[in-house]
Amino acid sequence: MEAFASISHIILALPFLMFIFLGLCGNKLFKSNPNVAGWIGTAGLSVVAIVSYYIAIQYFWFEGKGSDSYQQFVLFNYEWLKMTDNLVISIGFMLDPISAMMLVVISTVSLMVHIYSLGYMHGEEGFQRYYAVLSLFTFAMMGLVVATNIFQMYIFWELVGVSSFLLISFYFIKPSAVAAAKKAFIVTRFADMFFLVGILILSYYTNTFDFLKLTAVSDGHATLVNNTMCGMTFMGLSVTSIAMFLIFLGGAGKSAMFPFHIWLPDAMEGPTPASALIHAATMVVAGVFLVARMFPVYFFEAHDVLTIIGYIGAFTSLFAAIIACTQTDIKRVLAFSTISQIAYMFVALAVSGYASEHEECLGYTASMWHLFTHAMFKACLFLGAGCIIHAVHSNEMNAMGNLRKFMPIAHITFLVSCLAIAGILPFSGFFSKDEILVAAFEHDKVLYACQAFVAGLTAFYMFRLYFRIFWYSENPAHEHHTPHEAPMNMNIPLIVLSVFTCFTWLDKVFPFFPEKITADRVGYELETNWTIAIASILVAVVGIAIAWVLYKVKNDKPDMIAGKVKCLYISASHRFYIDEIYLFITRKIIFGGICVAIAWFDRHIIDGFMNLLAWISRELSYDIRDVQSGNVQQYAMGFLLGVLAIALFAIYY
Amino acid sequence: MDLDYSQFLSMSHEVSLVVVLIVLLLADLLIKDKKIFQYLAISAFALHTCAGFYSYTDLAGDAFAGMYVSGAAQSFVKNILNVGTLLVFFFSFEWNNKENKSGVGEFYFLTLSTLIGMYFMISAGDFLFFYIGLETASIPMAALVAMNKKGIEGAEAAAKYILTASFSSGVMLFGISLIYGVCGSLYFDEVQAAFTDITPLHIFALVCFIAGVGFKISLVPFHFWTADTYQGAPTGVTAYLSVISKGAAVFAFMCILYKAFVNEPDVWQGILWWLIVITITIGNLFALRQKNLKRFLAFSSISQAGYIMLGVYASSQTGMSSTIYYILIYMFTNLAAFGIISAIENKTGKVGMDDYNALYTTNPKLAFAMTLAMFSLGGIPPFAGFFSKFFIFASVAESKVFGDYVLVFLALLNTIISLYYYLLVVKAMFINKSDSPIETIKIDAMSRVALLVCVIAILVIGFISAIYMNIYDISFGFAN
Repeated sequence: MEAFASISHIILALPFLMFIFLGLCGNKLFKSNPNVAGWIGTAGLSVVAIVSYYIAIQYFWFEGKGSDSYQQFVLFNYEWLKMTDNLVISIGFMLDPISAMMLVVISTVSLMVHIYSLGYMHGEEGFQRYYAVLSLFTFAMMGLVVATNIFQMYIFWELVGVSSFLLISFYFIKPSAVAAAKKAFIVTRFADMFFLVGILILSYYTNTFDFLKLTAVSDGHATLVNNTMCGMTFMGLSVTSIAMFLIFLGGAGKSAMFPFHIWLPDAMEGPTPASALIHAATMVVAGVFLVARMFPVYFFEAHDVLTIIGYIGAFTSLFAAIIACTQTDIKRVLAFSTISQIAYMFVALAVSGYASEHEECLGYTASMWHLFTHAMFKACLFLGAGCIIHAVHSNEMNAMGNLRKFMPIAHITFLVSCLAIAGILPFSGFFSKDEILVAAFEHDKVLYACQAFVAGLTAFYMFRLYFRIFWYSENPAHEHHTPHEAPMNMNIPLIVLSVFTCFTWLDKVFPFFPEKITADRVGYELETNWTIAIASILVAVVGIAIAWVLYKVKNDKPDMIAGKVKCLYISASHRFYIDEIYLFITRKIIFGGICVAIAWFDRHIIDGFMNLLAWISRELSYDIRDVQSGNVQQYAMGFLLGVLAIALFAIYY
Repeated sequence: MDLDYSQFLSMSHEVSLVVVLIVLLLADLLIKDKKIFQYLAISAFALHTCAGFYSYTDLAGDAFAGMYVSGAAQSFVKNILNVGTLLVFFFSFEWNNKENKSGVGEFYFLTLSTLIGMYFMISAGDFLFFYIGLETASIPMAALVAMNKKGIEGAEAAAKYILTASFSSGVMLFGISLIYGVCGSLYFDEVQAAFTDITPLHIFALVCFIAGVGFKISLVPFHFWTADTYQGAPTGVTAYLSVISKGAAVFAFMCILYKAFVNEPDVWQGILWWLIVITITIGNLFALRQKNLKRFLAFSSISQAGYIMLGVYASSQTGMSSTIYYILIYMFTNLAAFGIISAIENKTGKVGMDDYNALYTTNPKLAFAMTLAMFSLGGIPPFAGFFSKFFIFASVAESKVFGDYVLVFLALLNTIISLYYYLLVVKAMFINKSDSPIETIKIDAMSRVALLVCVIAILVIGFISAIYMNIYDISFGFAN
């Protein structure tokens, strides 16, 4: 692996250097021709993508396979801050099956988004800034997935948060974009606070941040955690469970799980390609990645937390899917769909076992696999939506319809991705979703029933979206101009991503990675459970059929149904008033109640103390000013008296 | 031990600096174009600086029968001083060109003479050698302070400096002679063995010695000269005084305390405790009211000296490493501040705080750099000054003695006060309105390079933990 150690630096260093370069000099150097900044960013990212692919391929096919399981390599690890001899914060690069897979996901989607943005963002004010922040994001996300210790992960975790903030507020003259960016940042930061507390509890007892030490397993225990924390309780709860639950909350914030999901739909204010990269494919799955990274600890030492994660996931996926059925802004539909799909991944992790034997860790594999396939088709959907928005200059479904004639490439790629997310054979989403359902079925029938229903809902709302955009009204209201196909640099990423969407099912013939990604890293042969597969395809087909009936051509049936379940429909279209509840709690209770008292305390006691300090300082400073008289004799006198006073003090003290 | 030429090898810093000095002395006679001379001087010194880095690890050894001692820590500090002096030269380039045409040669020669004195202070293994170093560093300094020949202030500053300096030398020499009297030797090692069974005479000797060094570091109450001298001296010289001279004195002082007086730490720690508290507080209280930026920085540097002494007080390996680290960061930060003041003073002659009102509107880059320097001096994260304060507080708190916590608390309280006046400068530049802000000025390339180095250092040093770890490894506490 020595050969990798040197080139793996490129993956982190290059995006960071590009960020510095484009961020500092981009505006100046490329004032006349901003596109150069985009090309530089894209070229740099191509290099990163090539290196990532090279490392992933080498790892999965050649170097990574140890005697019985895939090894975990630490390619480099620089000690950064040494707290004690054991508690060290390092910046390093860990290669194992999930990080190798994430390298592929991030570099692919990021490269596609870089290329796509050349067309989509063309001529925008701040084009160079956009590419600089994209580089920063890529750097941060790469650093997050290859982290060798949980603190490095936390550092990069915050960095992706910052770059997400910068991209959401890219159009910072729009008040709604600024509000959305603030909301995203504050909500995720709020969750990250729990994450930090969790890290601190964990490292306080285990005395390490290192993932290799934390997740080492022997005799059915995560050894280190078991040795140091077993049996400790706090208020009747196991300390391990508390720590791991707090860490999960951090992940829930980034991955938009209920009740932290409120930031994601608003985050759609950012440029669409950035949404595709950050808020669909990569950053939002960081929470799933975190749980997968700490999986041995969750599974062996905090299994109760894992169960809770499963139910939170199931609820969120159902909840978000229902809301997605009622939204009319196409990016919001996709945003809720993302929430729902990420929740799927959490459910899959929750129903997983640990050992590869007898396919026990199917859920883990399925979760990671779904992460991979979802990244591809959801990025494709978002980029497709970007093309459509670009063509009709609106996010609203009402402005669309019948677009298939004008935009054939967007249409086909969108359709492929919709079929994939609906779980139709033979597209990638079918396999990954099917494995999740199998795992859920074998573990917990309630979760299975819920997820199968959500699968049907998913098919329904995705095809609702599809029909509304590409079919529906025969006479769409394109008053101003005829929509046209997007330029080539926007279409190529769509095609590439949709090929990925078709391509991953080929793993049956062409061994790609799914079976190699397991909790214990041993690997096994996957078999499709056709009973459940057929059932889930049927569910999906029903969903699509309902969408067909309701939305293929314009009719009054949707309104009629909405009228019948008026209460549900209205509350769903208002996203079940969760935002309003948040506003009530923050504005009325916290700002209006608690803060008033705190503000009084701050203004009178804290400020009063500070003012007192200031007053004393000022008075003293005024009183002693004569000492500095400018008279040298006096200086010598002071000197001598000082010596005598100190001598007396020291002698008699 | 007999003297043989191989001992000079362990003095590579000094030998190389003497070579530079001789070259400059000759060049000053031969080269008529002062600009070319300056380039030569700077590049010769830069060469010396690089050479210092090249060989700093394998320099342990002594010379002159143990009067001169060298080691990794000493070399490292000399390197820091070299870098700082080089930056001072960069900042003074324009001033030498414009205001000091007649004294360019003297400026470089005198500055480097004081530097070699500081080398001797740092590497002293004996009180006599230390005293010679101290005087070599002090006397040319008075001439440097007087370089500003335009007004009466330069002469006044120099006169005050030389008078108080000779006074303090007298006191210190008295202290050293008492030490010789009670211990029978001037070698640190032998003083260490003899400095036990404390009598008032011992203590008085120690206090006189501390007063003499306290003068160089400008600890209260030995600080009175500082403000007048700083204000009257050319800005480059002020920067040199406040950073290089102070850093060298602190380090030398620390070495002596850790070597010669290691057996009776309670005595000098008790003295230092009060000296630190008074120094920080008085420095802050005076700084609050200053309107002249050079005078303002003089008092700020007095209170910073108190913070540096915290590391000396901690008297451990962490204490020593955090002291060196503090000196390093303080050097970049203070030089940045002085560099900007000197650049603006050269162009416009303005040094008042009110003159800086609305500087941001006309000179955004300078205002930005000044803000960084002020934030770093105030210890606001994530700038370098935060890390140095953090480590130095941590080193004191490490001992877990109640009195030490009180000391840290008082220092922290003072940090709040100091924030106020550092931010006053920032407020003047960004918030205050002005009808006639300083016009947009273009500073010379030399200053710009030096300023860039300082700004990068302020931004980056705190994050490169290897620097601190490296200093930690070469530091010694009482063990050595």
